[in-house]
Amino acid sequence: MDIYNFTTLTHNIHTGLAQSFAPWLATTIEWVIVGVAYLLFVALFGLFLVYAERKVCAAFQQRLGPMRVGKWGLLQTIADFIKLLMKELIMPRKADWFLYNLAPFIVIIASFLAIAALPFAPGLQSMDFDIGVFYLTAVSSVGVIGILLAGWSSNNKYSLIGAMRSGAQILSYELSVSLSLLTMVVFAGTMQFSAIVEGQRDAWFIFSGHIPAIIAFVVFLIAGTAETNRGPFDLAEAESELVAGFHTEYSGIKFAMFFLAEYINLFIISAVAATVFLGGWMPLHFGNLESFNHVMDFIPPVIWFFGKVLFVIFMIMWFKWTFPRLRVDQILTLEWKYLLPINLVNILLMALVVLTKFHF
Amino acid sequence: MKSFIEYIVSIFKGVWTLLVGMKVTAKYFFTPWNNVTQQYPENRDKLVMFERFRGEVIMPHSENNEHLCTGCGICELNCPNGSIEIISKSIITPEGKKKRIIDQHIYHLGMCTLCNLCVKACPTGAIVMGQKFEHAVWDRALLTKVLNQPGSKIAEGVKE
Repeated sequence: MDIYNFTTLTHNIHTGLAQSFAPWLATTIEWVIVGVAYLLFVALFGLFLVYAERKVCAAFQQRLGPMRVGKWGLLQTIADFIKLLMKELIMPRKADWFLYNLAPFIVIIASFLAIAALPFAPGLQSMDFDIGVFYLTAVSSVGVIGILLAGWSSNNKYSLIGAMRSGAQILSYELSVSLSLLTMVVFAGTMQFSAIVEGQRDAWFIFSGHIPAIIAFVVFLIAGTAETNRGPFDLAEAESELVAGFHTEYSGIKFAMFFLAEYINLFIISAVAATVFLGGWMPLHFGNLESFNHVMDFIPPVIWFFGKVLFVIFMIMWFKWTFPRLRVDQILTLEWKYLLPINLVNILLMALVVLTKFHF
Repeated sequence: MKSFIEYIVSIFKGVWTLLVGMKVTAKYFFTPWNNVTQQYPENRDKLVMFERFRGEVIMPHSENNEHLCTGCGICELNCPNGSIEIISKSIITPEGKKKRIIDQHIYHLGMCTLCNLCVKACPTGAIVMGQKFEHAVWDRALLTKVLNQPGSKIAEGVKE
C-alpha cells in the first residue's frame, strides 16, 4: 500500500467492486464504505478534539486538565461520550416535536456535507468538484438553519436569544469567509480543491501570495472562528448569560450531536485554511533547495495535512482561551466596519498582484 | 481624512493588544512546570500548605508541656458561633494567692467557620491556626477537641 498516493488504492477498490457486482450494487457498496469511513473518522477525531481542547485550555490556564481516566486522562472523552449516550432524552412539553428533533440532524448533516469536499491526501477525497470552494461555503452555512430551528422549536427564551444571535453572527461572517476564500480563488485561478493544492507545489499560497494572502489568512481565521460559534465569538452559547444558548433544552445524544458538530466545524474551518493557504497535503517546498524539498517529500501527505490542520486548530483554541467574549454590537462592528472593508481592499490588492505578476 | 487615519491606527492598535494577550497565554502554555494544579491524593506526602492556610485552631505546647493560655475566655467571647468553651478552675498558688487557670479549652471543630477571630483576639497568642485539613471522621463527637494537653500548665512569665 502506497502511503504517498492513494489514487491506485481507491482505483483498485473501485475496479474490484465493479467486476464482482452489478453496477448499482457496486455503487451502493462504495457509498456505504465511504459513509462508514467518514462516520468513524468524524467520531474519533471529534473525541480527540474534545480531549485536545480540554488539555490545551488547561495548559493555557496553568492547569493540568483531565488526568484521572486512563493515562493523562486519555479515556476521559470516551467515558463522557458513554455517559451522554445513556442519558435520558428530555423534551420540553410545549416544544415543536418535529423541528425539535430535526434540528440536530440538520446541523450534523451540514458538517458532513462540508467535510466530503476536503482533500486529505492525493486520492483521498470523496468529491472533487470543480466548484469545491463554492460548494463548501454553501453547505457550511446550512448549519445555521439547524441552530435557528433548535432555538425556535425549544420554546425557551434562552434558546431563542442564542439562536437569533447565532443567525446574525453567521450571516455576517459568512461574507468575510467567502470573500477571503475568493481572494485566494483569484490567486489560484480555480475553485477546485485538488487543483488549488496542486498549484501550491512550488510554494504555499501564504508564501507566494505574500501580503494579500497573509491578510486573507488572518481575516479567514477570525471569520472562521466566528462561523464555528467558538470563543471569543461564542455568544450563541454564552454560558454566563444564556445557560447554553440554542442547545439549552437538548440532552443526551441530541446534545452530543450539537457538540460533535461544533468540533467537526472546527476541523472543517481549519482544514480549509490549511488547504487554501498552507498547501493542504503538499509538503513544504522552497524554490530551488533540491535536497531540502526531497527530504520533505519523504513525509507522507496525510501527516502534512493533519499537521497543518492541528496547527490551525491550535491557533483557534489559542484565540478562544485568550480573548474575552464580544458583545453583539461589537461582533457586528468588527464584521461590517473592519473585516468587510479590509477584505474588499484586499481582494483588489490581490487582483493587482495577479495582474502585475508580482508574486513568487 | 483625520478619522480615516484614526481608523487605520485603531486596526493596528487592536491587533497589537490582541498579540499582547496571546503572548501572556503562550507563556503559560509553554511553561507547563509552573502549573498550579495539585494532584491531591497522590502528592499527599509532599503536599505543603501555604503559610496563612487555616486548617483548625490549635494550641502549641512547648517541650515542657507548657502553653500560653491564661483561661481569660476572650476567645470564647469573640467566637461568633460558640465553637469555643472555656472551663476554668481556681487554684492556690504557693504564695497563698487564689488564681484562676484553664482547666479545659474545648473546641468544636464541627461548628467552626475558621474565621480567625479567636486567634486575633487572644492577648497572649496561645492559640494559632494549624495546617492540617484532613478532618474527616466517622463520629461527630470526635470533632469536639480539648486543646490544652492533659497535665499541661501555663508557661512562666505569661502576663495575666
